[in-house]
Amino acid sequence: MKSLILQTIARLLLPLMILFSVFLMLRGHNEPGGGFIGGLVGAGAFSLYAVAFGPASARGVLRADPRTLLGLGLLVTVLSGFFAMVLGDAFLTGQWLIFHIGEADFHLGTALLFDIGVYLVVVGATLTVIFSLEEEST
Amino acid sequence: MEPLLAIMAGFLFASGLYLMLRRNYVRVVIGLILISNAANLVIFTMGRLARGNPPLVATGETMPAEGFANPLPQALILTAIVIGFGLLAFALVLAYRAYRELGTVDVDAMRVAEPPYPGEKTVSGTPDQEEA
Amino acid sequence: MGVLISLLIGCVVAFAAPLLNRAAGSRAGVILALLPLGLTAYFATFVPRIAAEGALRQSIAWVPALNVNLSFYVDGLSVLFALIISGVGFFIVLYGSGYLKGHRDLGRFYLAVTLFMVSMLGVVLADNIITLFVFWELTSFTSYLLIGFNHEQERARKAALQALLVTGTGGLALLGGLILMAFVGGSYEISELLNQGEVLREHGLYTAILILVLAGCFTKSAQFPFHFWLPAAMEAPTPVSAYLHSATMVKAGVYLMARLHPALGGTDLWILLLAGFGAATMVIGSWLALCHSDLKRILAYTTVMGLGTLTMLLGIGQTEYAVVAVAVFTLAHSLYKGALFMVAGSIDHEAGTRDVGEVGGLRKAMPITAAAALVAALSMAGIVPFFGFIAKEFVYEAALAAGSLPRLLLALAILANVAGVAAAGIVALKPFYGPVRTTPKHPHEAPIAMWAGPVVLALLGLLFGLAPGLIAAPLINPVAGAIAGAPVSVELVLWHGFTPVLGMSLMTLALGIGVFFLWNTWRESRFARGFNRAFGVAPENAYFRTIDGMLWIAHWQTRIFQSGYLRHYLTTVIGVTAFAVGFTLLSRHGLVLPGGWSAITFYEWTLAGIMAAGALVAVFARSRVTMVVAIGAVGFSVALIYLANSAPDLSITQIMVETLTVVLFALVLIHLPSLRPVESRASRLRDAAVATALGAAVTLVMLTVLTEPISPHLTEYFGAHSYVTAHGRNIVNVILVDFRALDTLGEIVVLGIAGLGVFALVKLRAKKRRDGGADV
Repeated sequence: MKSLILQTIARLLLPLMILFSVFLMLRGHNEPGGGFIGGLVGAGAFSLYAVAFGPASARGVLRADPRTLLGLGLLVTVLSGFFAMVLGDAFLTGQWLIFHIGEADFHLGTALLFDIGVYLVVVGATLTVIFSLEEEST
Repeated sequence: MEPLLAIMAGFLFASGLYLMLRRNYVRVVIGLILISNAANLVIFTMGRLARGNPPLVATGETMPAEGFANPLPQALILTAIVIGFGLLAFALVLAYRAYRELGTVDVDAMRVAEPPYPGEKTVSGTPDQEEA
Repeated sequence: MGVLISLLIGCVVAFAAPLLNRAAGSRAGVILALLPLGLTAYFATFVPRIAAEGALRQSIAWVPALNVNLSFYVDGLSVLFALIISGVGFFIVLYGSGYLKGHRDLGRFYLAVTLFMVSMLGVVLADNIITLFVFWELTSFTSYLLIGFNHEQERARKAALQALLVTGTGGLALLGGLILMAFVGGSYEISELLNQGEVLREHGLYTAILILVLAGCFTKSAQFPFHFWLPAAMEAPTPVSAYLHSATMVKAGVYLMARLHPALGGTDLWILLLAGFGAATMVIGSWLALCHSDLKRILAYTTVMGLGTLTMLLGIGQTEYAVVAVAVFTLAHSLYKGALFMVAGSIDHEAGTRDVGEVGGLRKAMPITAAAALVAALSMAGIVPFFGFIAKEFVYEAALAAGSLPRLLLALAILANVAGVAAAGIVALKPFYGPVRTTPKHPHEAPIAMWAGPVVLALLGLLFGLAPGLIAAPLINPVAGAIAGAPVSVELVLWHGFTPVLGMSLMTLALGIGVFFLWNTWRESRFARGFNRAFGVAPENAYFRTIDGMLWIAHWQTRIFQSGYLRHYLTTVIGVTAFAVGFTLLSRHGLVLPGGWSAITFYEWTLAGIMAAGALVAVFARSRVTMVVAIGAVGFSVALIYLANSAPDLSITQIMVETLTVVLFALVLIHLPSLRPVESRASRLRDAAVATALGAAVTLVMLTVLTEPISPHLTEYFGAHSYVTAHGRNIVNVILVDFRALDTLGEIVVLGIAGLGVFALVKLRAKKRRDGGADV
């Protein structure tokens, strides 16, 4: 599907959508969003790119094999759970660091790490599916 | 709108099941999608609905506003949607692979795992024609 | 505690046996025999204690919620059997080490035989009926392994399966009977049930209990018409036959009947069933023995006779004579039959055949074995001064003292024992005397490990015959007392003087010797052949026909229920579910409709309309593109419903997934053919009916649930803790990544596996194509 319009749009949209997906994931703890939604948007961005330019180019932009992302994501989620075990809580209990920067409180916790893992798994799994099917069609 | 959703969920279940009972595997997959949606609607409705009050804690507050929507079904459904997508992908690719291997998408002709009994009348295993 | 520990030690030794066999080589048998020897010594210490203090009980809670205790009850009856099991077990392990010397599976033999011994001890020592049943099944299981020891031979496998099926079926009936008994008697402990005899016998379920329990005992103890598995089980190596099929396992049924006699015995039904089947088994078994020339088969059928005798005695067990006869005969039979089986095995082992017609004059080559055989056979024939004589006297006395039909029972007992005398002669005389015949192997005396058992067991038969007072008070009286349920005290003496029973014994002996000399004539007579066909072959054929019939039924019902069509399975499962749910709901609750219809706004009706239209189009679509668009419409409507009802996260997720779904369909559907085939009108109508039923059931359940208030507990908990404890303002996300993070972890693992599954499905095929496979 080599369409000039689609290719132009895809090239423009890819960085925007990736930024948006990371934004969705990061704010997910407080506003609608999160790892699942962010991951789906991120996967959507690369799928669009793959439809426009073919899976090989999309893989080039992504750099890593989606299966690596999938495995990495699972590893991150499990690791985020081990923090709690090291500190004596049950597996996956949320652990938090709270910084006071001026007026605002800034919360940093293992839940964010967990959500990053979820994001990576969703991106990895979806793109594994889409890329392999695209490669089958070309 | 709970009673209306109850009827809609039933309707989607019925349509989905009818499609899952078809011989063409593509229809079976479509039925699967409808049933996934219907199941999500059942969970959503059973947790009761709330209009215009999402389960969010406003900035500066420590508790959500009174009458906020039930968050637990939402959490369940959110993962269910994504897993449903994974299942759909797998089912579709299975259809594709089965067609490549067996030359048919007619589930009645797919008798490799449970071969016909001796003397049983079966549907013809001739491959379906590729559409032009 | 002691009993449990001794059984646990046995288990550990059993599983260590194969290793020991590898490490210690030929000495392994002697080392392993120390276990049964130690157990014999241990159980012997109970004898004086029980004679002095009565029964002992040990208990440890095992599954308290189900009233299952690891409890053990040690009284005279248990100890007699425990001593036989461990004592004979000692010689069997020794004998097996010689008989199977150099066999590549000797370690497996040690394992199974030791495990069997432990299970059998568990049966006779258990107090809790569930514990008893577990051990009972373990004996069936280990005997399956032992009968099928030579698993390369089809006959051995078949015999093992046959024994397992017959005793296992009986075991199931037994479990039912035991549970009913516990239900009626109000306890799972045998020691307490024994005091509930009145209650049990007068309860309406008594007949059911008795028949179920006896079904277990009769199959285990090879009573007619279930006796056929015992001769077939002679496929087992001889040490196994000597142990399981003469001295121990087949007596488990007799043990249980004796054990439960105080609780269930004495009724007309009990007398009728036990005396009837016992006497029939006794006569049939004894004369079938004379229809064969295979030493082991002869012994197997005389064992059937012995088991029949014991069952008959328990049937008429209301007299002192009968219970003492059970005790004496059990011991005497174990001694001489164990010895004779081992002798038969030694002949087979040394001469290469065990057919009576093919061996002769082995006396010179195997003098010790011949002597042991002679002594054991004299006991079996019931000749003064051997222990078997005392046993036979008591059997006759018990028959004469029976409450009903004493003359008939006595006549039958004499008829059986005549054949028994002849069989003893055949087994002990024919192979060793007469002209020397050439055998497949050049015979030698068996090694000491193989003659020690027969010699000691046979000599014990002589010792107890000469000095019965040795065991009367400490052993026989407690045993008889346990069976009778009341203290018994008799004096065992060898010589009763000239009584009518002595006359019967002499007559039995004379007739038996006559039959011995006429054996060949009898065996070839038409009557003997017909007898064997009717009572030996026919029951076994009935078994085979039953098995074939069950296979036929299995095949027939599989064809009906497992059609191989996904649609049929779905229709069945969903049709039943929808009907069961809908029917239960309507019959229990009636049709209740929640309110709130008027609050539905116009745009909600519109969304519902779009959804319904989308679903209908998807159902009737003839083109794949239409179909994808239709389910897209449904999916986006659902997303809007989420959005309108305060679920923004769901809405975004649904929209993203719908988008990706379209991409997926675009990628896959171009490879697939059109939407044909289309089904017949009839099947479409049938499917529509099932589908409508499911939809109606779902709607009905939901509407009913909506009339009930929902518990706000969880909602409030998550609301209160989301920010305060988990530092998150989006409660849905907090649930996903914190409160229920383990669920989420599981779910992303599923997603990952689905992704990898797709990858495998696509790529593996592609690789095959590159290899030039048969793919298109």
